[in-house]
Amino acid sequence: MTDSEPSQEEVENLHEQLDREAEEMGYHLNPDLDFTRSLIRGLLVNERRYGYHSCPCRLASGDRDDDLDIICPCDYRDQDLNEYGACYCALYVSEEVLAGERDLLAVPERRPSPEVRARATKALSAPSGEAFSTLPYPVWRCKVCGYLCAKDEPPGVCPICKANMERFERFT
Amino acid sequence: MGFERVGGEDRGEITLYALSTCVWCHKTKKLLQDLGAEFRYVYVDLLEGADRDKTLEEVKRHNPNITFPTTVIDGEKSIIGFKEREMKEALGL
Repeated sequence: MTDSEPSQEEVENLHEQLDREAEEMGYHLNPDLDFTRSLIRGLLVNERRYGYHSCPCRLASGDRDDDLDIICPCDYRDQDLNEYGACYCALYVSEEVLAGERDLLAVPERRPSPEVRARATKALSAPSGEAFSTLPYPVWRCKVCGYLCAKDEPPGVCPICKANMERFERFT
Repeated sequence: MGFERVGGEDRGEITLYALSTCVWCHKTKKLLQDLGAEFRYVYVDLLEGADRDKTLEEVKRHNPNITFPTTVIDGEKSIIGFKEREMKEALGL
């Protein structure tokens, strides 16, 4: 593991980029500047360490396939925003939290345990091909934001939340 | 095995399992420091190989979901996440 410390400039640049993307999509970054920059520093450290923006508040395995669901924004962000007003690490917050109408509390971990995840992967990878559905095209679901599209393949980047193709799953 | 000790008042044997990149872990560490308690902490993401496996087994005994921060007090009580009030109560403050 080699992690040279990310520079202040790198942190500010990524912060600006994430903030712009979040606002465009109707999400909000945590307005606490020190807090948010500290998380963004964690994202940059994880990018150096693992090659991707793994959640700074979760232990990454270093195996990209294993960590896909916790690459920021994680698969659990939207549910946690609805239920707790923030994602697991509170990089993203809801409008109520942003407006100061709701307090930030610790968000419990929603990600299934390693044992449950291993079982779910097996179940998904079992059958494939024609028996899946009778629709003329397969339907793909973005696991980050829920966007659906009917095409032979999912798009390279989700047009809604900009997640990569690998975050899509076969829906029907 | 990667543990750092922070000096302070004896409020029991306190171990903080943390991640070096996690803001809530840093907040928990700062809380323990502010409360003046003696404790030891380890950044599990910086451990490798057998050390990491052994430490994760320890965390799992107290918190089967293996999340961070996990604070263990006297080997029995565990506090999962940053919880200021729970921590104060557990330390008798």
